[in-house]
Amino acid sequence: MNAPTLPPSLIENPRLDRWIRFEADRTVRIATGKVEIGQGVVTALGQIAADELDLPLDKVAVLSGDTTAGPDELYTSSSLSIQVSGSSVRLVCAEVRAKALDRAALRLNCNPADLTVVDGVFHQNGAPTGQDYWSVAAEIDLTQNVTGSAALKPASRYKIVGHSTPRRDLPAKVSGAAYVHDTLPAGVLHARTLRQPSRGAVLASLDESAIKRAAKGDVQIVREANFVAFVSPVESVAHAAAVAAQQHAVWKNAKRIAPEEQEAAWLKGQPADDRRLGAPEPTTPPKRLVQVTVSRPYVAHASMAPSCALAEYRDGHLTVHSHGQGMHLLRKNIAAAVKMPVEAITAKHLHGAGCYGHNGADDAALDAALIALKLPGKTIRLMWRREEEFGFEPVGPAMLVTLHVDLDDKGRPADWTTEIWSATHVQRPGSNSGFLLATEAFAEPPPELEPNDPAEARGGGGTRNAVPIYDVPAHRILHHLVLKPPVRTSALRGLGALPNVYAIETMLDELAARAGEDPLAYRLSILSEPRGRRLLELVAERANWTARGPAGTGKGMGLAVARYKNSAAYAAVVAEVTVQETVTVDRVWCVADAGLVINPDGARNQLEGGIVQAISWTLKEQVKLGEHGIVSLDWDSYPILRFSEVPEIHAELVDGAGHPALGVGECSVGPTAAAVGNAVAHALGVRINDMPLTRERIMAALLKS
Amino acid sequence: MTVAFTVNGAVQSVDAPESATLLEVLRNHLGLRGTRYGCGLEQCGCCMVLVDGETSYACTREVGTVAGRAVTTIEGLGTVEAPHPLQRAFLDEQAGQCGYCLSGILISAKALLDRTPDPSRAEVIAALDKHLCRCGAHQRIIRAVERAAATLRGSAA
Repeated sequence: MNAPTLPPSLIENPRLDRWIRFEADRTVRIATGKVEIGQGVVTALGQIAADELDLPLDKVAVLSGDTTAGPDELYTSSSLSIQVSGSSVRLVCAEVRAKALDRAALRLNCNPADLTVVDGVFHQNGAPTGQDYWSVAAEIDLTQNVTGSAALKPASRYKIVGHSTPRRDLPAKVSGAAYVHDTLPAGVLHARTLRQPSRGAVLASLDESAIKRAAKGDVQIVREANFVAFVSPVESVAHAAAVAAQQHAVWKNAKRIAPEEQEAAWLKGQPADDRRLGAPEPTTPPKRLVQVTVSRPYVAHASMAPSCALAEYRDGHLTVHSHGQGMHLLRKNIAAAVKMPVEAITAKHLHGAGCYGHNGADDAALDAALIALKLPGKTIRLMWRREEEFGFEPVGPAMLVTLHVDLDDKGRPADWTTEIWSATHVQRPGSNSGFLLATEAFAEPPPELEPNDPAEARGGGGTRNAVPIYDVPAHRILHHLVLKPPVRTSALRGLGALPNVYAIETMLDELAARAGEDPLAYRLSILSEPRGRRLLELVAERANWTARGPAGTGKGMGLAVARYKNSAAYAAVVAEVTVQETVTVDRVWCVADAGLVINPDGARNQLEGGIVQAISWTLKEQVKLGEHGIVSLDWDSYPILRFSEVPEIHAELVDGAGHPALGVGECSVGPTAAAVGNAVAHALGVRINDMPLTRERIMAALLKS
Repeated sequence: MTVAFTVNGAVQSVDAPESATLLEVLRNHLGLRGTRYGCGLEQCGCCMVLVDGETSYACTREVGTVAGRAVTTIEGLGTVEAPHPLQRAFLDEQAGQCGYCLSGILISAKALLDRTPDPSRAEVIAALDKHLCRCGAHQRIIRAVERAAATLRGSAA
């Protein structure tokens, strides 16, 4: 008999006691390596566990992101938490449930199959037996490894999964202190940093006395080569010192950025690692070639809160509290950076503001750790300044995407080449692609790494969603992984999916127009994938697509569909816009298929958030670069979508029962951007293929038309 | 110097420099950490509080300017156990994702409903437009404010 295939998290963390523990207060504690970043994962995992164990929700506690007691599940990323951690928790709970019933059956001298579980109590013939999880817990050996052999509850019997359970973490967040930022133990010292402007920059001089004067209070300056921090019992004093330090530090050898490097167009022609994926090069020249180029600039995560961390070094042990996306990896990365054994470090997750990918959270944790190691016995609360968050978080890479599509004699794609220029989408520390930021300021910084974009098997980075969902006889990707971008780039919600889906769906509208067909009808004519087809038809119905007016009236409607990573949830979107001098998105309809949905309202919340964020990126956002780095350092220079600009949103999930649960956090992003782009083109009668779709670009497009 | 003012109904006397921000005093002197730092520039609204019933950015407001005045923070609305109708409505609508922006938004919503018990949607949007939310929970937040308004009108009737 073949062993069942276990999710990666269980292969790495096979022991049952890494995942589950029966508590003396008659609750069960589930542990996960995934963390709450506002997406509701802790609530959803609790639902999965409660259902599989037949426990009420309030009997299940969830421990998240704890290197001492929880499993290592790498980063909370790529819409994988439900798929990977969820399926792990389900298998563990099913197995522990079976073991518990075995023990109870022995005591009761019956067959385990005769027992049922009602709210954690074991029943026989409809009556309680006096046995429950906690009465047999001591006899269950949770040091054993999971086998994955226990029968899972069929989806038809779910009572908690599939219901919109309220988020566990939200009550505290609307009432008061709830975040790592709000954790201020007695005697805490506040810290801020002076950042090295770029790798290789050397701090030639630092006027410490001028900084201390400007700080107007008790401030200690902690230095490790080109890393500098200001520490004070008074937060505003530490802050003032860091602000003043900008004027009292002289850097040598800081990198210089040329103005053109800010734009996606600069990527073309830069040194790159070039690859071809998919179909071989066509052997005959194209007959009816259509080309479209779209671009997206560098964009920011732009978290509402600057990154923050707590660290304390006491009796040879370093404890770090962070809002990063993976505590086990953070621990390993800090251990490597400060040359301590991993066992001498504990990392625990506390809530932070939404991150939407790899922002400054991990870097702030190392900053705090470095200061704590210099000041043993003190709790350090390190927070980045607002301008530091904008200026030093890794940004989502700019992308340039050119599609070369050769048509058959019916005007359908016969041969399709997607050519992509982009820097790497992942420089997460510890993934052989990046480092914690402060290590670059050390006397001996780690060696520079070759860019290492995620493999296509993991969804790709620049190539994410580059393969159209449509029927294309021959498709290839030419991927130019640009080696030396002007800024640090890393994972931002959806990675390459937004520009790639934008490009594909722009092309589809272009091809429909050439064929003289309606964009919906044209798409359906080359879309045999049934789940995507169903969503397109449904979203068109919801948006009353057939009533779409003529092009060029200033009012427009556009649609788009994609399956995230070509392997996760599907989403189809229609956007309705009004374009005058700027674009207003009036209404958005989104229909998604995420297979089995654990928490429908939570999943809808994720769809809606992805829609708003995608509109913001598409219409408004660009990280601006100056001579020495990022210069869009506040919300005025980096505007995002506001309450008065957010559309009416109709997001729904179709019944995906019968299909496994698929991650939903990123699926609406690409189709929304593309639907907005197509709607703007419909409104104007002319296309804008460079994001963001600003007033200047609208004016330029209208003048050209 | 000593600054005396009322916070959530209780008189507080704080020994802090006059130029200290109200935000730092609330969070680090008085332990009221639901008022959040977001930008320090009056651009995001995470730090919003009420001073004598009017919204005010605590991140730039010098504590000396609230001497003798009444400050209301998110902790003055309600608690996890006994939430204010606004907090209750935000939970009912699951109006939030990361939640970092919410305490400031709840404060502006309170100011709105205190003076306009039956706001139009445009009035809700206008009252909240100085606040940023990066997760994209805007529509839920708008619905939650409208729900709270209805609840409060019902209980006032």
